[in-house]
Amino acid sequence: MNQELVQRLSELQQEVTGFIYPNEVEIHWSILIVVYPYITGLVAGAFILASLVQVFNVKEVQPTYRLALLTALAFLLIAPLPLQFHLGHPERAFEIFLTPQLGSAMAMFGFVYLWYLMAVLLLEIWFEYRKDMILWSKGEKGPMKWIYRGLSLFSSDISEGAVAFDKKAIKVITVIGIPSAFILHGYVGFIFGSVKANPWWSSVLIPIVFLMSAIVSGIALVIFLYMVITPLRGERIDMRCLDKITSYLFYAVIVDFTLEALDFIHRLYESEESIKILSKLVTGKLFVSLWVIQILLGMIIPLAIMVAVKSLKFDEELRRLLYFTSVILIQLGIFATRWNVVIGGQLFSKSFRGLTTYKMEVAGIEGLFTAIGLLILPFIVLTILLKILPAWETAEVKEGAAS
Amino acid sequence: MNRRKFLKNAVLFVSAAGVFRHLLKDAAAKPTAGGYDPANHLYGMGIDIDKCIGCGLCIEACKKENNVPKEPFFCRTWVERYVIKRDGSVTVESIEAQKGKPRADEPDILRSFFVPKLCNQCANPPCVQVCPVGATFATEDGVVLVDSKRCIGCRYCIQACPYGARYLHPETRTADKCTFCYHRIVKGLLPACVEVCPTQARIFGDLKSMASRLVRFTRVNKIHVLKPHLNTEPKVYYADMDGEVR
Repeated sequence: MNQELVQRLSELQQEVTGFIYPNEVEIHWSILIVVYPYITGLVAGAFILASLVQVFNVKEVQPTYRLALLTALAFLLIAPLPLQFHLGHPERAFEIFLTPQLGSAMAMFGFVYLWYLMAVLLLEIWFEYRKDMILWSKGEKGPMKWIYRGLSLFSSDISEGAVAFDKKAIKVITVIGIPSAFILHGYVGFIFGSVKANPWWSSVLIPIVFLMSAIVSGIALVIFLYMVITPLRGERIDMRCLDKITSYLFYAVIVDFTLEALDFIHRLYESEESIKILSKLVTGKLFVSLWVIQILLGMIIPLAIMVAVKSLKFDEELRRLLYFTSVILIQLGIFATRWNVVIGGQLFSKSFRGLTTYKMEVAGIEGLFTAIGLLILPFIVLTILLKILPAWETAEVKEGAAS
Repeated sequence: MNRRKFLKNAVLFVSAAGVFRHLLKDAAAKPTAGGYDPANHLYGMGIDIDKCIGCGLCIEACKKENNVPKEPFFCRTWVERYVIKRDGSVTVESIEAQKGKPRADEPDILRSFFVPKLCNQCANPPCVQVCPVGATFATEDGVVLVDSKRCIGCRYCIQACPYGARYLHPETRTADKCTFCYHRIVKGLLPACVEVCPTQARIFGDLKSMASRLVRFTRVNKIHVLKPHLNTEPKVYYADMDGEVR
């Protein structure tokens, strides 16, 4: 018997207020399940930003195009890990792929994930980098030469016709990719939104709210990375690009804020059976994470900053500082959004008579350190990806430098 | 071998093979456990709230019979005590969690009663719907079971159950819940909780048998199920249930 678990639950039982069903003392979906939708949201958001360049021809955003794609890939590769670590029987995880129960929303994970990874992201990245990889393989020696040759799948055609085909392919993939990104994260929202037993989750708006907040967090992440990496490379930040992306971010935050407000007002106005316990939840246990972090720090302050930047004439230096502050606050806010959905939804009893408490483990497999590790891991993957597939140097530039 | 002999043998062989095949098929289709055929049964439980005295024997018997951890936060079944005061305030507690604690005098009680809870063996079970690998399934005779050899421990079913009837077994790391003591009922025995109930507050039976006590119970009582608005179609039926019970 897991004595540590029993000890933890005995302590938690003392913290219960009101009445909860006995089995509800344990919070079943821990911080790892907060990390999971947060990471997939970043994937979907980063991809949507990349699509702006391809589908909507927003030229200003071009400097972040490849970075956005690679960011999406790095986070997508890590996305299944929190789920894997969370399972009671991780060694049986493959059952979801081999014998899915097709009626289950969660069983769709394998299909949605693989479709997005194989049919969208990898394919788009391959077409985007194909010409460069061929040229790099010619310029490199030793193992890197073979890595590039392998990555380009030993293709060697860089004629104008072939490159034109690559461009066309990227367009088509992006057009398929946008709904796929929507499905990827909308599906994560559906996992929660379709649980009719839980009034905090059960809402048709949840997948859409998830999607909009995903776009917000993804764009904010790419801005953050662009602002950190560019000075490290000794380059100047392209302010036209930055201004443009942040204005997209601004609109995305407004839509996200509106949807969440709509969801909130709707619940309040309908005032169903669960309203009393949910009111207790949002004014009590979720007060800090919902009102302070998610709404005030994560939405209202960044919105105010962006309104100020748009209406007042700040110089570049100050604009950069303000943008940087906003995107960090937004990340914090979106993480709090995921926390409030996942953890918040488990803090109240389905008897609507009481609240329980979540005490995060620190060192355990479902603890804080694992969560932090899983949030750092995508950045390490991204660093490796950027080493192999530089986001800003095209092959011609590199060749020019060599000669 | 002449032609006549060959034809004779062939006819014999084909017909014998046919009979053998039919016998094999028949043997495969029939359950082995004493001729038990799940298609002939549909199980449910009735709860006579007014008869429950909150003794907790059912909880104890269940834990022993089904290897449920003894701690009060792992339950296949539990009993809730409702106290409704004159001012309309309601206090609910699980009798297990309150065991051994002295009970203070509670003045101004309007009514008070015990409500046994367990898996509702829904005909439209959300837990079965959400299980990603089909480890949770409904049997033909109407019981929702968990295959602990298949369950991956994702806990989606625990989230999806509106009644809090599921928990993650700390030893097997798989979802666990009431099975109506399936291993007993297919042998014609009663579930452990029903067997030990001193007041017959729990009535187990077969909804397909007109002679069953459960069918009679649902005929002579006004019946309610928990959270009917969720359309889970429970097969645990409560008689004389107060509106405060959720």
